[in-house]
Amino acid sequence: MAKSAAPTAQSGPPARPEAELMRDMFSRMCLIRRFEERAAEEYMKGNIGGFLHLAIGEEAAVVGTITALRPTDPITSTYREHGQALARGSDPKAVMAELFGRSTGICGGLGGSMHLMDIGRHFYGGYGIVGGSIPLAVGLAWAIQYREDDGVALAMFGDGASNQGVLAEVMNMAELWDLPVVFFVLNNQYGMGTAVERASAEPDLFKRAEAFSMPARQVDGMDVLAVHAAVKEAARMAREGKPSMIEAKAYRYRGHSMSDPDTTRATEEKERWQARDPLVTFERILLGDGVMTREEIDTVRDQVTADVAEAVTFADQSPAVPETELARHVYAHPWNDDPRGSALTI
Amino acid sequence: MSTAAPTTPKDVSYREALTQAMREELLRDDNVFVMGEDVGQFEGAFKVTRGLLAEFGPRRIVDTPISEAGFAGIGIGAAMSGLRPILEMMTVNFSILALDQIVNNAAKVRYMFGGQVACPLVIRMPGGAGHQLAAQHSHSLDAWYTHVPGLKVACPSTPYDAKGLLKTAIRDDDPVIFLESEGLYAKKGPVGGPDDLVPFGRAAIRRTGKHCTIIAHSRMVWVSLAAAEELAKDGIECEVIDPRTFRPLDIETLATSVRATSKCVIVDEGWPECGIAANLSAHLYDACFDWLDAPIRRINCADVPIPYAKNLEQAALPQPADVVTAVRALVRGRG
Repeated sequence: MAKSAAPTAQSGPPARPEAELMRDMFSRMCLIRRFEERAAEEYMKGNIGGFLHLAIGEEAAVVGTITALRPTDPITSTYREHGQALARGSDPKAVMAELFGRSTGICGGLGGSMHLMDIGRHFYGGYGIVGGSIPLAVGLAWAIQYREDDGVALAMFGDGASNQGVLAEVMNMAELWDLPVVFFVLNNQYGMGTAVERASAEPDLFKRAEAFSMPARQVDGMDVLAVHAAVKEAARMAREGKPSMIEAKAYRYRGHSMSDPDTTRATEEKERWQARDPLVTFERILLGDGVMTREEIDTVRDQVTADVAEAVTFADQSPAVPETELARHVYAHPWNDDPRGSALTI
Repeated sequence: MSTAAPTTPKDVSYREALTQAMREELLRDDNVFVMGEDVGQFEGAFKVTRGLLAEFGPRRIVDTPISEAGFAGIGIGAAMSGLRPILEMMTVNFSILALDQIVNNAAKVRYMFGGQVACPLVIRMPGGAGHQLAAQHSHSLDAWYTHVPGLKVACPSTPYDAKGLLKTAIRDDDPVIFLESEGLYAKKGPVGGPDDLVPFGRAAIRRTGKHCTIIAHSRMVWVSLAAAEELAKDGIECEVIDPRTFRPLDIETLATSVRATSKCVIVDEGWPECGIAANLSAHLYDACFDWLDAPIRRINCADVPIPYAKNLEQAALPQPADVVTAVRALVRGRG
């Protein structure tokens, strides 16, 4: 690694982020890992209902992306999006309370694990329909261009979503209209239980972009610095009206959701990916570069453990969602007092 | 080029009434834009966007590729950031390709994110049968959209309502499915001025009468009025009521009329099963059971895909004669 070489667009590794940002990235990755581990525990205890999709193994892809954007750049995600919210700075207490379905949840308990949103942080949400959120990010990019703002919208989605037709529709329009958008495919190798090679005639997903004359690249999704650099460059291009696509190859360590016992993936495959664990790899870099000491790293790990424990306590002690909330947000101005079907209200 | 908005009411077509509504709202609010297939240079498959590109330019009148799901989602995303898109689905039939975006995103984002975002969006969709366009181009999907909480649904039957309801839809903070009738585009009538809005959730009484209530929307209002005219020759006076919007629904006005006449016929161009007429009759049984002299009669499109052959197509659709027969049977049977 030629760390001292002057960065250029054409050659050499990209410049490392500032030390402070690297420490922050590590902290966010640790927070996501710990949050997901505790969420799994709470799910097993019955404190979390519905589906629970964990992002363990994907921390580098998530944090590398979010930290390469401005805090005001809008992003959309999938149903595996606790990490995106936490990386954007959402309060872990409010996120955990949402998973618990409590009134203090980030969406008031109406969304749950798959539908987090933090509009104040320009996180435009997690969505349960595979591929369905991608056009929304393009619409947010449309709005940026319409208002002549200088933001960038980023759509994060998985390898499974890459086979939804709507992706082709909106990539075409994004390129046709020079929209400030980044299509970020987090290729975690499996669409639920189906391996990419069994679902995609061309398993190098970034090559889809070529059909739309859109620049695209593949990065190591286990390497937070590689992801960060790629997204930073894509965001710079997008601000100049050049949309692009990034495919980050990563691996989710757990099954598709908590209801997937994960019995079909080979142990050898899991071990091969886990040997390149994004947190361990990044920790080695931070220590090697002298960005953090072992003691500082331990402090971060202790801190996120405490923060997540506090989030669980907060969620557990939070009040249930009052039934008066049942119909409050269906419309801007409700006209029907009885959502169960009254015939006599206007 | 579009003409200036009229300063005094005069008869214009349903088509031009819609154009006026969009033009006035485009002038009023820069957040409003129009997006859809062939809405710009081609001025719309039904010419409803005539003159708008010339007046407002390509930033605000946007031609899209043939990608209904894609541009619906783009419109929803833009609406979530505060813009007020008017999307034109070339016809309601093609909106089926965008159903995931409409039902899973437009209708749900406010609710499932706890009220953090609005989706102030209008999706205009011409629909209905009667032009020999056969099975895939003749749908009336009013009931599908009315089924979904989070959407609002408007179905204008007159030029005045076409303009006034569309203006209300554009200013509304929720997603509105705006169902136009292809068979009414040439229909002429008076329209309101720039500030004449028609509120949602207020039915219109199109004709008063004491013997039987006929409830109909969109093109079926005219079918029902023709039937009422015929029946009046025999001294049977029908009250014809147009709900105008199904979400919200003004059940009170419908129920008041049915309580007064004790007889009700509902005319609906859509299919019978789980349809608009079926839904309205359920509401009215709840509200008027003790007042009814006879079961509510429903007149729907035949329970078939729409056929091509002209005679078969007409046989499938509710006709004035069907309404006349149904009303006569009700009035005679229990009179």
